[in-house]
Amino acid sequence: MKTGRFWAWVVFALGAAYFFIPLIATVEFSMRMRRGTYSFDAYQIVLGDARFQATFGYSVLAAIFTIIIGVLIVVPAAYWIRLRLPQLRPIVEFITLLPLVIPAIVIVFGYIRMYGSNSPLPFLASDRGTDLLLVIGYATLALPYMYRAVDTGLRTIDVRTLTEAAQILGAGWGTIITRVILPNVLIAVLSGAFLTFAIVIGEFTMASLLNRPAFGPYLQNIGANRAYEPAALAIIAFAITWGCMSLIQILSRFAPRSANRPN
Amino acid sequence: MAEPFLSIQHVRKSFGTNTVVQDFSLDVEPGEFVSFLGPSGCGKTTVLRMVAGFEEPSAGKIVVSGKDITRLKPNQRNVGMVFQAYALFPNLTVAQNIAFGLKVAGMPKADADRRVAEMLDIIKLPQMGDRYPYQLSGGQQQRIALARAIAPKPKLLLLDEPLSALDAKVRVSLREEIRSIQKKLGITTIFVTHDQEEALSISDRIAVMYGGKAEQVGTPFEIYNRPATKFVANFVGTLNVLEGTVTDAASGKVRVNTQEVSLKGKLNGSKSGDTLSLALRPEAISLGRQPGRDSSLSGEISEVHFLGSVIRVRVGIGGSTVSLDTFNSPATPPPAVGEKAEISFSSGDMLVLH
Repeated sequence: MKTGRFWAWVVFALGAAYFFIPLIATVEFSMRMRRGTYSFDAYQIVLGDARFQATFGYSVLAAIFTIIIGVLIVVPAAYWIRLRLPQLRPIVEFITLLPLVIPAIVIVFGYIRMYGSNSPLPFLASDRGTDLLLVIGYATLALPYMYRAVDTGLRTIDVRTLTEAAQILGAGWGTIITRVILPNVLIAVLSGAFLTFAIVIGEFTMASLLNRPAFGPYLQNIGANRAYEPAALAIIAFAITWGCMSLIQILSRFAPRSANRPN
Repeated sequence: MAEPFLSIQHVRKSFGTNTVVQDFSLDVEPGEFVSFLGPSGCGKTTVLRMVAGFEEPSAGKIVVSGKDITRLKPNQRNVGMVFQAYALFPNLTVAQNIAFGLKVAGMPKADADRRVAEMLDIIKLPQMGDRYPYQLSGGQQQRIALARAIAPKPKLLLLDEPLSALDAKVRVSLREEIRSIQKKLGITTIFVTHDQEEALSISDRIAVMYGGKAEQVGTPFEIYNRPATKFVANFVGTLNVLEGTVTDAASGKVRVNTQEVSLKGKLNGSKSGDTLSLALRPEAISLGRQPGRDSSLSGEISEVHFLGSVIRVRVGIGGSTVSLDTFNSPATPPPAVGEKAEISFSSGDMLVLH
């Protein structure tokens, strides 16, 4: 028993070291810009850079639209599959996993071929059209995370009985989804939303190949041309991602508690 | 004759090649409490779900107050329903749950609040409005579910095994409460259960179902005392079944093991030599010869179970065992296993199962 515990701690320590040592090294390096002393100069330069603000603002906006599209598509789809088409679940799960195995570069080249200025749907003929295509692409990339989060949330409630209880009380589909289903899976939806946000903020391939001023290409550009600023940016991006994860944890405390899940 | 309030007419339901309800018909009078009683898979819940609108009948129709509702959606039927799993909305408080149907119907808030308070009083939980479902016990949740179902004043109340998830004590008190609320409001109710005691204790009429059909529809007294089929006799109550052979059809003589009993007027066309299944309720049998009992059989006591106020005795008669209950009397010790015993009964209480 005691030996097992010892080895568990050894494995934990090794895992923690693997995770924290590069992180500490990056933080330490990002603060060495001023010779002989630690400073936040690299952070000041990065945060004061107009391109940082513009690209970060662009990516935040793209993330918000991606989340809206994701929620509008995934919540009704996952709900309907649980309610009426459970036999389709394995197929839908497979489809939602495809963005994990098909590289983003393949998707974006497909977009360029399909939606060029000569196509019947010339998204790429204008900046707004390209922005829309980028957001759709991001929604595709985030699909595995959004679908799993929402599906897990739906698993914690008795979708069929709650739907029937609402129906028999006179509710239509709109009321059922907005007043019964969505509030009970809101935390799961928010989890999916924050994961989507984290993915979109750092995404490089699609934004770069569609030539949009997003945060991912900016990160790459800075990384290729500067010494200390990329380390500072990496820490900032890491902090944003962890901030999102912490928000998921905090919000999950406010989840509606069902009778089956009292604590 | 007055038109029934609810009329289920020759309803059939198939899922693929599997027919779960076959030609089910039933008329329910206004304010009546009818139970669908049967084992799992007999089709009782499917019939209820067709009345609710969650399943569409493959054939037949359902009429409420003269209006065909067979193809109406559940939210267009003005029917209330209580589910086995409570189905309270976890994100809403008790008061919001009860007000849900009222809000959907567009009732002004002040009226809805009044109605919610009235409902909470009816179910005797007036202080619970601000609680969430997870803060309530199973019995309280089911009472809230009942209040939510009846708050919009539905024409018909459907109860889908609402007591199955509760412990025995709560079940008994809640079923009495359901019945008293139903009587007070005069709401026509269909109650689905597989528990015969529940059905017998609170129903005006019971439809005993088996294999997707109604085997018998009648009052609890009729169902228990005059079962129409072998299935009803076996499913409702405890029954002692004895095999007998008709020795003299004209005089109603039947041989049970090596002894003879007289069942004059009960043999309905049986011929001498026919084998019959005869059944007796435990309460129709007495230990020893008793005045007023015209038939008796001899056997040996095989088991004695002391249950407090009652002593359950099993008597072996040939290859069969007959179970009977006697009241415990402090002055008389219980019979001993292995003792010879005689049981007596009225031949009129004996059921001939077809």
